[in-house]
Amino acid sequence: MALNASRNDLASGAIFIAFGTYFALEALRYDFGTPFRMGPGFMPVVLGGILIALGIVVAAKGMGKPDEEAAPPWPFRGIVLVLGTILFFAATIRGLGFIPVVLIAGFATALSSSRNTWLSALIISAGLCALCLLIFVVGLGMIVPLVGPWLRF
Amino acid sequence: MDLFASLGLGFSVALDPVNILYCFIGVLLGTLVGVLPGIGPTATIAMLLPITFSLNPETALIMLAGIYYGAQYGGSTTAILINLPGESSAAVTAIDGYQMARQGRAGPALAAAALGSFFAGSVATFLLAAFAPPLARAALNFGAPEYFSLIVLGLLVSIALAHGSIIKALGMIVLGLLLGMVGQDIYTGTPRFTFGLRELFGGLNFVAVAVGVFGIAEILRNLENEHEREVGVKAVKNLWLTRDDLRRIIMPVLRGTGLGSILGVLPGGGHILSAFASYSAEKRLSKNPGEFGKGAIEGVAGPESANNAAAQTSFIPLMTLGIPAHPVMALMIGAFILQGITPGPNVINEQPALFWGIIASMWIGNLLLVVLNLPLVGLWVKMLSIPYRVLFPAIVLFACIGTFSINQNVYDIYAIAFFGIVGYLLIRFGCEPAPLLLGFVLGPLLEEHLRRAMIISRGDPMIFIERPISATLLIMALAAVLVAVLPSIRRRRAEVFVEDD
Repeated sequence: MALNASRNDLASGAIFIAFGTYFALEALRYDFGTPFRMGPGFMPVVLGGILIALGIVVAAKGMGKPDEEAAPPWPFRGIVLVLGTILFFAATIRGLGFIPVVLIAGFATALSSSRNTWLSALIISAGLCALCLLIFVVGLGMIVPLVGPWLRF
Repeated sequence: MDLFASLGLGFSVALDPVNILYCFIGVLLGTLVGVLPGIGPTATIAMLLPITFSLNPETALIMLAGIYYGAQYGGSTTAILINLPGESSAAVTAIDGYQMARQGRAGPALAAAALGSFFAGSVATFLLAAFAPPLARAALNFGAPEYFSLIVLGLLVSIALAHGSIIKALGMIVLGLLLGMVGQDIYTGTPRFTFGLRELFGGLNFVAVAVGVFGIAEILRNLENEHEREVGVKAVKNLWLTRDDLRRIIMPVLRGTGLGSILGVLPGGGHILSAFASYSAEKRLSKNPGEFGKGAIEGVAGPESANNAAAQTSFIPLMTLGIPAHPVMALMIGAFILQGITPGPNVINEQPALFWGIIASMWIGNLLLVVLNLPLVGLWVKMLSIPYRVLFPAIVLFACIGTFSINQNVYDIYAIAFFGIVGYLLIRFGCEPAPLLLGFVLGPLLEEHLRRAMIISRGDPMIFIERPISATLLIMALAAVLVAVLPSIRRRRAEVFVEDD
């Protein structure tokens, strides 16, 4: 079914509305105050309302005007691996320690490019690990366990 | 203190060997970033902020400033050699610069860009030194209503200069403002939008937001379509300009410097606008406009001077008012704050060594850039052959490690992932990320000054119109929006007329 509207406008409108709604609803639980003495809820409620309105306008303007260019392909592999790596990094940096985390994270992100093979990804991650160790731990004196408590016996 | 005594103080700071070294590292990194597409100065400065934390304030800011104007410079090299502007403001340079390179005149194009930039950078730095102190003195009289109006002006002008849909840009600003409100309320201490997480009480980490929106989102964007870059020009010979070339670039460089210096002060990407303005001015003034687009050296020298002049003068609003003109300046504010300095009109009096040191370092930096760029251009061409598949894992790792090293807070890293995906989606759907970051940085300031102004006026919003400076600023903001809206109305009308025919 062909959609007679700009997917881009509908989608960005929806994102705006979603964020606006969250901020406005959450802020309604805070003290609104008066214009004289504004409470913590005043600005977020007002701005959230404006954002919802802008989202509706953006979506409405996209009606009847389909996008001229075809959407680029979704980089699913990249999204999963890059975001996954960042989450993995956050979850394990304290437990596994610097060296294992950077090695694994570098390997996984390198693989998110279809141009990297297993071997090149391995080389890249080893090189990056050495580089990061040199810059952050040796150079900047970052305090982080090189091998974390999870791996100590 | 008169100007020359102050500059003397500045040079004594900037000529300190340690500061020269970091200035050099800054412009070197900046050139590198400018040359390599796929990573802009915004993401780089965001990633390097944690590194500068251990340096002293002068050194840190000198280095960060160097990255910024170095990137303006480096962007032109790739624009000329491979028709791929590393920086958005170099897009104009690519038009004629690449044509010159194809005709075997890459050398003169690079030299014209370098000399024009050096001249423009030096002049604009002088303007910065001359105009910043009086402006800062004027700004000391600003009260909460004036600051509120000024921030509104800054935000609205930034959308006027952004390309694409104005409503989307407005939406991005408002979203940024809202994200800036996460954390404890300044007056009551009420935690807002924190999901009960103590780590979010201090607000979202802006390095995480900047790295997510400008770094990770950009990587995802590049992974959509992977293709190798082609380096057409392998070696650059003959960097010298002929006497004829020199004669042709003098006026464009002067005009570009003037345009860039003025437009650079405007919030929201004056350097991009100034490059376009200079290009169209040169084309109109040229005796043979037909040459433009086919390798006219004026089309390289003018815009390059303009964007470098603008890069320097965009420091004026930051150093005098504490208001960033664009996202990179927003990060500079972050750098000031990390160092425990509140940017604004007081910096010049309380930290004269810092203020004048940064200004003086810009001359040194510009000189270093000429030395770095012209003789070493072969090295930069080689850099272009670093494949992206090696580069982006490095960016991701640097982003994570750097952000983590600021506060040792893992929630900052979760925030990178969140803003990476949100930023990617928004960019994909045609929203520009720059207004979001500006809104995010200015949000808390906007709220603080609005609330303070309303307390002063006892709840009467007329205070913003009754105070003359504030009223003028608001009228300018309104004018900026009108100017932004008008051309699109005109264009749409034009389209309607075409269809009628």
